[in-house]
Amino acid sequence: MTDQRPIAIDIRKVIKRFGDFTALKEVSLGIRDNEFFTLLGPSGCGKTTLLRMIAGFEDVTAGAIYLYDQEIARLPPNKRPINTVFQNYALFPTMSVLENVGFGLEMQGKSRAEASRRAGEMLELVQLTQFAHRKPSQLSGGQQQRVALARALAPQPRVLLLDEPLSALDMKLRKSMQIELKHIQRETGITFIFVTHDQEEALTMSDRIAVMSAGEVQQLGTAREIYEHPRNMFVADFIGDTNLLEVAVDRIEAGRATCHLGGGHELTCDAVDGVGIGARVHLSVRPERLFLSAEPEEAESLRARVVENIFIGTDITTILDLDEGPRFQVRASNSDRGNRRVFEPGQSAFVNMERGSARLLVD
Amino acid sequence: MQTGAARFDFPGFKLLTFLCLFILYAPLLVVTIYSFNDSRSITTWGGFSLRWYVDVFTGPDSAKFKSAAVNSFSIALIAATVATAIATSAALAMVRGGRFRLRTATFGVISLPILVPEIVTAVAMLIFFNAIGFTRGYMSILIAHIAFCIPFAYLPISARMQGIEGVYEQAAMDLYADRVQAFRRVLLPMMMPGIISGFLLAFIISLDDFIITNFVKGAGIETLPTAIFGSVKQGLRPNIMAISTMLLAFSTVIVTLSWLVSRIDRTK
Amino acid sequence: MAGGAASGGNATSDAYAPARGWLLLPAWLVLGIVVLAPIGLMLIYSFLTKEFRGGVIWEFSLEAYDQFFFDRGLFGDESPTIQWAYIQIFWRSIWQATLATLLCLLIGFPTAYFIATRPANQRTIWVFLITIPYWVNLLIRTVSMRFILRDQGPLNDLLQWVGVISEPLTIINTNLGVQIGLFYSYLPFMVLPLYAAIERYNFSLSEAAADLYAPRHKILTRIVLPAVKPGVIAGCILVFVPSLGSFLAPDLLGGARNFMIGSLIDEQFRGSAGNWPFGAAASMILLTLVLLVLMVLARQQARLEKGAS
Repeated sequence: MTDQRPIAIDIRKVIKRFGDFTALKEVSLGIRDNEFFTLLGPSGCGKTTLLRMIAGFEDVTAGAIYLYDQEIARLPPNKRPINTVFQNYALFPTMSVLENVGFGLEMQGKSRAEASRRAGEMLELVQLTQFAHRKPSQLSGGQQQRVALARALAPQPRVLLLDEPLSALDMKLRKSMQIELKHIQRETGITFIFVTHDQEEALTMSDRIAVMSAGEVQQLGTAREIYEHPRNMFVADFIGDTNLLEVAVDRIEAGRATCHLGGGHELTCDAVDGVGIGARVHLSVRPERLFLSAEPEEAESLRARVVENIFIGTDITTILDLDEGPRFQVRASNSDRGNRRVFEPGQSAFVNMERGSARLLVD
Repeated sequence: MQTGAARFDFPGFKLLTFLCLFILYAPLLVVTIYSFNDSRSITTWGGFSLRWYVDVFTGPDSAKFKSAAVNSFSIALIAATVATAIATSAALAMVRGGRFRLRTATFGVISLPILVPEIVTAVAMLIFFNAIGFTRGYMSILIAHIAFCIPFAYLPISARMQGIEGVYEQAAMDLYADRVQAFRRVLLPMMMPGIISGFLLAFIISLDDFIITNFVKGAGIETLPTAIFGSVKQGLRPNIMAISTMLLAFSTVIVTLSWLVSRIDRTK
Repeated sequence: MAGGAASGGNATSDAYAPARGWLLLPAWLVLGIVVLAPIGLMLIYSFLTKEFRGGVIWEFSLEAYDQFFFDRGLFGDESPTIQWAYIQIFWRSIWQATLATLLCLLIGFPTAYFIATRPANQRTIWVFLITIPYWVNLLIRTVSMRFILRDQGPLNDLLQWVGVISEPLTIINTNLGVQIGLFYSYLPFMVLPLYAAIERYNFSLSEAAADLYAPRHKILTRIVLPAVKPGVIAGCILVFVPSLGSFLAPDLLGGARNFMIGSLIDEQFRGSAGNWPFGAAASMILLTLVLLVLMVLARQQARLEKGAS
């Protein structure tokens, strides 16, 4: 259903080199109209470079970028109907809040009066009307963030780019801004492209996420797809906590692969294209998809010894060593039901896996 | 953020600091006091009087000092203005112009008037004006002043520009400003404190210059420093102290202005 | 030039790269024609023949350098001997400049350190107090010094009144007078860069050293000094270079017998001697000397910076 929407930003085989260093290796992505799209990855993965190329601050070495059906890769930033919320906001320190918000409108040729009227409306939207005549330096970080947002939205861009806009805020404020951003995106109907290295933030807000690493898109999908079905080791490891186990595939029958891991333990999981019999690959299983029991609950229960319990508030993580096998972590919620499944260090326990939760990774 | 730095203080250092300030200020204070001396002799105190200030404006030397002052201030104003414009333009290329081959060489040339001893610059300029047959006078002084004021204007301006991240201009262009608008509306206002202090520094440097001016000025034209030097050579008279005190007060006002500008900058 | 439009209009730190040439043109033109080329011309002049009423005759000659270094000339009939008079003037200048630099460092470092260890709001006031004399006309400051140091001046009056001396001390027209003048002239030039360096110094390093049982003087010599060395070098350059070529202090406080390079050069152009090639040669020797000192210190500075990163 969502696939019916037109493509707002189409990135076609874009390559970016800085001298000898290749920042982006032929990236292609289609970002849909009215989508909250996130580029997620560790620092240096090329996500910010990609964003800056969409904004027009970097040229493309090769490839094309389309805004709807217009090629924009060679337009200067002031000729692109795309605005940016910068990481440290980049509010003009010599101008008042109102002048900041009205700047884009004024540059578009609106009269000063019209620009400041519209800027006033935008400030109302972000609830900063009473600060209109202050200088940006007189505002708190969260307020500056709203001004930056209002400034970028005021000229009604077709696409809004957000470069880690929440990274300078404290945890509490960040959480509430995440919700507010999502809300504003829904209300304005503008396509948002959001860059972050914070996977939790990405999962919270995005319609779709492109996980990037080493100048390439590793996986593209919804938050759930990426979390539940990571395509490769990088994605599995980068998003959330996981148990990454080295396994060898013994046989494949009816779409199920049977593998063994260190210590001779065996388990089965869904087969994946590109992983054949005899392959030595990694298997990912999320700690919250495992549970412990005193007696084996199914054929594939793995016998292990508890090393340590770590209390983290909402959950309890138990570290276990499989008999002659790898180390596991298992997470149980800090609830009556979850606490019944916690064992003391030194005790033996069986590790059980929810069906369909283990996933083979194409490295 | 130097919390606790005072604990690494040395008791003797405070005394030396006061000694340092005493050394720096005592001569200036003494001259200021003696400029109000009623006595014709510079040695004995004859009571408080403004007669030497009156003398500067109406005395036998007043015409000489007046024309010297007009020369000094007009040259300082023009030289500082032109040097500031040249320095701002150069700073844009040096700070915002990326890497280029002649960058180090260019920086060397800009710094020349600071690196080369003033007397050497003075000799070189004298030889230059002489060799091309340029009549030495007001114009030769002005040209020389523009040249040696450039680095003094350049340093605060480029320092200021280095402190301004490129992202502000990017934000302006992202908001549909063209290159010229981004410069005029965003970069220039942010650079203003640097430009003002560069201008003031150049102004003072020009106003104070003696050695180069003395070489390139030619006969029959004086600036305040060369006029004062000429008078001092004939003996220290109280009217010189009055002029000196006025110049001193003027410099103090300029420094204070420059200081206030930098304070405004800090609260940005 | 067209690169700016084609490159997508980068506004990063190379935003003005396309216009670079035009932006630098005025600075290059003015400084190239009025400073750089004249220095080249001065080099040529030092190899020309002197004209008696000032100026030069365009004939190649080594006479200027010959006169500087040798008695009666290298090319004369008698065997040449080294002429010490001018070398001595240079030597005295270097010596005076070195002394002035050390003296400035001796007073300037404690001052800069003291200011840097004040609370932030007091620091600006202290710096302001150091800055005022820095901006006051050097000529006026030197004249003031001359006024104070005179035989019948306030300093001698004070010393006689206290009873330290019975006869007035003669300071003007002595080497000591020049020394005091140089020290006084360039003292602020030492304090300001030192302060800038010490202010940036991270005092938690001192705390770490104290925590590891270092006494205060050891902290100063082992931790603080090495860390602020670039500031020390900058301050020394700013005092030494202008001292070496200074004219006002030797002229107004030293008199005819305490010549320094500046006065020697000045005399060739404006005094009665009027030997332009010789003045140009002396200027070239001074310039070479200064550039050598700058190169050595700049290299050391670069090494320090490399070590720091």
